[in-house]
Amino acid sequence: MSVVTVNAGPRRGWRSAGTWIGAFIVGIALICAIFAPLLVPHDPFAQDLDRRLLVPFWMEGHNPEFILGTDQLGRDYLSRLIWGCRISMLIGVTVTIVSGLIGITIGVLGGFFGGRIDDAVLFAITTRLSIPVVLVALAVVGLLGTSMTLLVLTLGLLLWDRFAVVARSTSMQVRNLDFVAAAWCAGCSRFRVLSREVLPNIASHLVVVATLEIALAILLEATLSFLGLGVPPPLPSWGLMIAEAKDYMFFSPWVIVIPGVALFVLVLGINLLGDGLRDAFGTRSRT
Amino acid sequence: MLQFLFRRLIVALLVAATVMTLAFILTRLSGDLATSIAGPNATAADIDAVRKAYGLDRPVLSQFFDWVGRAATGDLGNSYFFQTRVSTLIAERMPVTLTLGLTGLSIALLVSLPMGILAAVRENTNFDRAVQMVALIGQAMPSFWLGLLLMIVFGLTLGWLPISGTGSWEHFVMPGIVLAFSAIPALTRLTRAGMIQAMGSDYIRTARAKGLSRASILLKHALRNAAIPVVAIAAVQLGFMLGGSIVIEQVFALHGVGFLAWESIAKNDFPVVQAVVLVLAVIYVALTMVSDLMNAVLDPRLRA
Repeated sequence: MSVVTVNAGPRRGWRSAGTWIGAFIVGIALICAIFAPLLVPHDPFAQDLDRRLLVPFWMEGHNPEFILGTDQLGRDYLSRLIWGCRISMLIGVTVTIVSGLIGITIGVLGGFFGGRIDDAVLFAITTRLSIPVVLVALAVVGLLGTSMTLLVLTLGLLLWDRFAVVARSTSMQVRNLDFVAAAWCAGCSRFRVLSREVLPNIASHLVVVATLEIALAILLEATLSFLGLGVPPPLPSWGLMIAEAKDYMFFSPWVIVIPGVALFVLVLGINLLGDGLRDAFGTRSRT
Repeated sequence: MLQFLFRRLIVALLVAATVMTLAFILTRLSGDLATSIAGPNATAADIDAVRKAYGLDRPVLSQFFDWVGRAATGDLGNSYFFQTRVSTLIAERMPVTLTLGLTGLSIALLVSLPMGILAAVRENTNFDRAVQMVALIGQAMPSFWLGLLLMIVFGLTLGWLPISGTGSWEHFVMPGIVLAFSAIPALTRLTRAGMIQAMGSDYIRTARAKGLSRASILLKHALRNAAIPVVAIAAVQLGFMLGGSIVIEQVFALHGVGFLAWESIAKNDFPVVQAVVLVLAVIYVALTMVSDLMNAVLDPRLRA
């Protein structure tokens, strides 16, 4: 699991096209997430049992007021989808901040100081990888009750491994470079060498990891919510929307198709953007 | 070689011990277990009775060493809900999870190896791009959603496959495909990268210069070298798949270990939960050891 810097070579057309598509998807998702209260055409929580399971716009007999139809409780599907985007992005970003803080700290310590500290760091990474993430996250939420804060902390505590692996191997490489030696010679403190010389030079690798981790956190949140131990109802998490609509999927498949496509497209977009950033920085981590 | 084995074994045991501690702490997180087991309508006397019956009145440290000592000898305690030994419960459910995991891994390898090899041989062609697109799609696909979609298409619309249960081999087709999806991206990318590296190496040039056939160069010389990391990662992937099958077992109502854990979480049956976490972790650690050993056996350079 080493990180090598390779000559990216001439940029291939479809890859940069993929990056732009990814950036476009992430841009739309960010707008939806930030301005959700202004964008929703209806109240995403308002139930109306008279208009349950209205069909979306591409089917016969749809109601133009509800473009994507309504769910089993008569709530506007488009509004819930937009609100769900806010929840997905919020959880994806906050989980990545928590896991990034843990993973980068651990990884840089191990890679920079080496020796016994590095042995301990490697052991922590090995242990973390042997723990089944979904099961432990389910158990924590199941025992302590569902709440957004708990969900974010649990996933953050479970998903730091990739940050640690990449921060460790990159800071190990940077540690031996000339400018770090120069900083030591100039009499810089340990903290200054770490914060001014090492961290800025591994930052691009960490940004790439961060994008991929946001995608992973969003997928995991949806999975936990689907299993009923993630975001508490009536909040419209996409995973929860699929779980709630599951009983109706054989008669009206669109109820699970719409939130699923949204989830798939968002995760695909973030991954495309992450791959594009990796190419742009000329970094490639072999994990 | 022996020293290498010995060191790996020590690390594996330490990891297992750490996971044991974490699993114990995990189940004590909710505070007073006796209260949650007894239920919302229990009186103080009921809670006291539960506490005595399950040994929860003893100091936490003595409970901990008791669980560690017994787990080390293979005794994982008794389930609160099923009133049987946890090890029996897990042993009963394990075949379903293992069948699912091995089916998933086989499908993943059957898809990834040819795709990765062909993509490497035709590097930078449309086929290569299509393969990389498939890997990206696999990475972004929520497994529970793919499962539901397959159920609608193959279970309901076409009526080819059963949608839930474990009665026959047909029951494992859809869950196997869904599980395979989670491993296909990594395995394909690794095969492709390994083959590209191998094809550019000196020994392939030598093989070409000797006038060997294209098939012989590809399969005998390049693939042998490219396959080493793939085989090793496949073992690790199986570990991840066994841990991740909890979602798929739930979607397809397969009563495996993941389903057992899911039921037990809902019922506060914490001896089962901590045991499943431990068993899955131990299996993962064992598989990573197998993977390291395979690397060492397949690649003499790593034995030094």
